[in-house]
Amino acid sequence: MQAIYIIWLRQLKRYLRSKSRIVGSLGQPLLFLVALGFGLGPVFQKAGGGNYLDFLAPGIIAMGILFTALFSGVEIIWDRQFGFLKETLVAPVSRLKIMIGRTLGGATVAVMQGVIVFFLAFLVGFRPEYLTFGRFLLALVFMFLIAVLFTALGTAIASQLDDMQGFQLIMNFIVMPLFFLSGALFPLDGLPGAIALVVKIDPLSYGVDGLRHALTGIASFGFGTDLAVLAGITALLVVLGSYLFSKIQI
Amino acid sequence: MDIITVKNLVKKFGDLIAVNDVSFSVKRGEIFAFLGPNGAGKSTTIKMLTTILSPTSGEILLDGHNPTHDALQARKSFGIVFQDPSLDDELTAYENVEFHGVLYGIPRETGKERAEQLLKVVELWDRRNELVKNFSGGMKRRLEIARGLLHHPKILFLDEPTQGLDPQTRNHIWSYIQNLNKKEGITIFFTTHYMEEAEKIAERVDVIDHGRIVAEGTPETLKRQTNTTSLEDAFLSLTGHDIRDEGASGADHMRTMSRAWGRH
Repeated sequence: MQAIYIIWLRQLKRYLRSKSRIVGSLGQPLLFLVALGFGLGPVFQKAGGGNYLDFLAPGIIAMGILFTALFSGVEIIWDRQFGFLKETLVAPVSRLKIMIGRTLGGATVAVMQGVIVFFLAFLVGFRPEYLTFGRFLLALVFMFLIAVLFTALGTAIASQLDDMQGFQLIMNFIVMPLFFLSGALFPLDGLPGAIALVVKIDPLSYGVDGLRHALTGIASFGFGTDLAVLAGITALLVVLGSYLFSKIQI
Repeated sequence: MDIITVKNLVKKFGDLIAVNDVSFSVKRGEIFAFLGPNGAGKSTTIKMLTTILSPTSGEILLDGHNPTHDALQARKSFGIVFQDPSLDDELTAYENVEFHGVLYGIPRETGKERAEQLLKVVELWDRRNELVKNFSGGMKRRLEIARGLLHHPKILFLDEPTQGLDPQTRNHIWSYIQNLNKKEGITIFFTTHYMEEAEKIAERVDVIDHGRIVAEGTPETLKRQTNTTSLEDAFLSLTGHDIRDEGASGADHMRTMSRAWGRH
């Protein structure tokens, strides 16, 4: 437990010390909220969709979590390049515990980022009408699940990469599609067949849906499906990530 | 009794044979030097001994445990100071040491006492709360050593621990290590390019070159064998005067290439 705790704490310290990283990673969500929220708001309203900012904000919170979580996982590549990975790999601590500590650390950081984006959205004008404290807690649960899922995914991918050259690849072929095809930006009803299918495969869709349901009451799949799919995929990725992580050689 | 046994150890990276049928053993409580020119296979061997690289073939036993199949048990028996950096730059010096202490399950009070003692030995105690990224190369090296000596394992691997340090610091560190060896019976397995260091400290020496063991014995035996008066001359007479590739870059480069092409 001590080992898991200290690994978790390290992730947290690194995050809290890099002020530029915190501020820098808020730029993109803010831009999306302002540009899309206000830019597409009138069209959305005319089409009968209601307040677009209310619809969009949970998606952007999920985006903030997705980016932070994935990059926390990918940080293993940095640890490998700067040598710190060796220090943890030769320690008499099982790889599973290291993986759990890292994943929880990355997930905690990502949830913090998600909460910051939530308040950012609030500043921009996000006012979900019937948000209660209980529903906010439920939203936190979804934030945490999204965070764990993508930290584990990041870890699994990073275990297979030696250097930062694969980074752009991850960005273009994993992070962006996951985000844009998740229903974070558009409603899922009446989508053309192929897109509808892709959206259903994207695990982030269920995270966004659960988060949106908790925060604003708008839902496509429902809490049961969201929770089941997220928890299932998260468990799968944690196992996969642990396995790949345990195979790392220096 | 032997605490480390290595039999017919081989490591290939693609076509490159980094370690070629190496066998040796280290006795419990011994100070053992593993010497060789750059790229001879020292670090690759240490990586295999310390569970972070699996051998192509051959057998290793560390205090009775196989590092490949029984990695966690093997890890409980040793500590290591790596040749290249392994600190977290975003943490302070003290946090790096503390992190190590917790990972190695050192009781809190013992950890605190030793951390203070060791950071004083390497003269970093006054700067313990500074971030490591602001440290110079020598300071980082000293911190690595202090951290590596925090727990008292059965075997301590030191891969060129004193490289780039001034003679004063080297003396401090070696006397601390010799003391550990005497008091706690910790087996010391080290590599170095400072031959006078090896001659002074090592009880037994193995010389590796081109992935093969070329000589084995006490510094005295090696000098007698080669008819020389210092270990440095003995070393040169055993391994020749040619200059080798920088560091382990040859092997590392090959590995990067082979990984890039997906041939693990």
